[in-house]
Amino acid sequence: MSAPAFDYARAASLSDAVIQGGRPGSAFVAGGTDLLQLWKAGVQAPERVVDIGRLPLAEVTSSPGRLSIGALARLSDVARHPDVIGRHPLVAQAIAASASGQVRNMATVGGALMQRTRCAYFRDEHLPCNKRAPGSGCGALAGENRGHALFGGSEACVATHPSDLAVALTALGAEIDILGTDGVRRLAVADLYRLPGITPERDTNLVAGDLITAVEISDAGRFAPRSTYLKIRDRASFEFAVVSVAAALRVEGGVIAEARLAVGGVAPLPWRLANSEAALVGRRPDAEAFAAAAAFAVEGARPLAHNGFKVELLRRAVVRALQTVGGPA
Amino acid sequence: MSFDGRIALSLTLNGRPREVDVAPSDTLLDVIRDQLGLTGTKKGCDMGSCGACTILADGRRIKACLALAASYDGASITTIEGIGTLENLHPLQVAFVRHDALQCGYCTPGQILSGIALLEEEPRDLAAIREGMSGNLCRCGAHPNIVAAIAEVAGL
Repeated sequence: MSAPAFDYARAASLSDAVIQGGRPGSAFVAGGTDLLQLWKAGVQAPERVVDIGRLPLAEVTSSPGRLSIGALARLSDVARHPDVIGRHPLVAQAIAASASGQVRNMATVGGALMQRTRCAYFRDEHLPCNKRAPGSGCGALAGENRGHALFGGSEACVATHPSDLAVALTALGAEIDILGTDGVRRLAVADLYRLPGITPERDTNLVAGDLITAVEISDAGRFAPRSTYLKIRDRASFEFAVVSVAAALRVEGGVIAEARLAVGGVAPLPWRLANSEAALVGRRPDAEAFAAAAAFAVEGARPLAHNGFKVELLRRAVVRALQTVGGPA
Repeated sequence: MSFDGRIALSLTLNGRPREVDVAPSDTLLDVIRDQLGLTGTKKGCDMGSCGACTILADGRRIKACLALAASYDGASITTIEGIGTLENLHPLQVAFVRHDALQCGYCTPGQILSGIALLEEEPRDLAAIREGMSGNLCRCGAHPNIVAAIAEVAGL
C-alpha cells in the first residue's frame, strides 16, 4: 500500500468537529467506506482524519409534515425506519438498491451524499484526471467513457455522481442542514453539488469544516402511494447505476397533479427533470404522457463515444418508472 | 492517543476483552489478523468488494477492510473463530457442509458471518437471500449452494 499514514482525532462535539475539520489536510470520517477506498487507492491523502462517528447525529425523527434524518444515521437503519418506509418509501428503495448489506450497515447518510465519483480514471492514481489532479487532463473524455455523463459534463470532466440516495432526495426536494464556521445554514440537496466546469476538483459547495448535520424532507407523504426508484445496472445487486430514475406522482381525479423526476448515472450530480415534470402535470397518467416526459428527459443529451446507449436506456427507464407509479391506485 | 501516535483500544473479541494499540490508519481487518492473531477473517480485495473480511461489530455485519480500527474502541467483535466449535458447529456451518457451499473455502468465513447476520433480518425468499449475500463473492462459484444453505436454516 502506497498511501501515507494519517493522524486520527475524534471530534468531541459538533463545534469541535467544525474546528478540526476546517484545518488544512483534515477529512471527516464516519463509516469510512468511501474514504478508506480513496485513501488506499492513493486518490485522497488526508494528514488527519476527524472521526465524527460518535456525534449525536444518528436519529431519524418525524414530526407532522417533516422527516429529519441525522447525517450519521446508518443507511440500513434509515431504510428500515417505519416512517421512512411508510411515508417516504422512495428513500428506503434507493437505499435498498445501494451497495451491499455490510456497507449499508457502515455507511452514513452524510457520507452517501459526499461519496465521490466511481470514474475509473479518478479512482486510479496512475491515470489522468482533472478531478483528482487538476490540470492532468480528463482520461475519460477520449477514453473508456461507457459509464460517463450525458448531461452537465465539461471538457475538464465527464464523471457521474454515484449516489442513489441523492437522486431520491433530489426528487423529493429534500434539504440538508450544514454546520460551518459561520453557523448553521440550509441548502437544497440539488444545490449541494456543482457542475464540473473548469473546477471539477470541487464536487460540492461545501467548504472546509462544513459538516452536514441532517437531511430534512418536508413531508412528501403525498407521494408515498406512487413513488419508485428504478436502478439499471450491469449486475442485479451491489453495483452502481448505469441509469437510475426516482419517480413520484400525485394523481387527483385521474389527472397528474404533481410529478417529481430525478435521474442518476447520467450527470455529475443528481439530475432533476423539470421539463419532464412539467410535461406530466395536468395530463392523465397514460402512455402518451409518459412518452412525452421521456422525450424531454433525453433532450440535450451529449453522448460520448461509448455511452450513446444510455440515451435510449434513459428514455425507456423513465417510461418504465412512470408506468410503475402511474397505474391504477 | 499515546505519545507515539498509537491509539489504545479496548475490544471485546469473540466474548473476551482484549486491549490493543493500533496505528491511526490501521483497519480493523489488519488489527484482527496481524495484531490479535485471528486469521480466519480473510483479506481478499481489501477494497470493500469481496466480503471475505466480513465480521460482526456490535451484532452488525461489516467489512473489516473498510473499518478504521480507531473508530471501533469499545466495540464487541465477532469473527469466524467465535462461531461454533468443532464439536458443536453453528447451524449455518452444518448447512454449509451439507450443501457443499464451498470449494476452496477462502470466502467461507465471510459468507458464514454475513449469512448469520442476514438470517437475523429474516429474508422472505431466495431472491432476498441472493440480494442480501451480494456483498460476498465466491470465485469458485458456490453461490447457489450458499443460498441453499442459508435458505435451509431460514426455513425457506
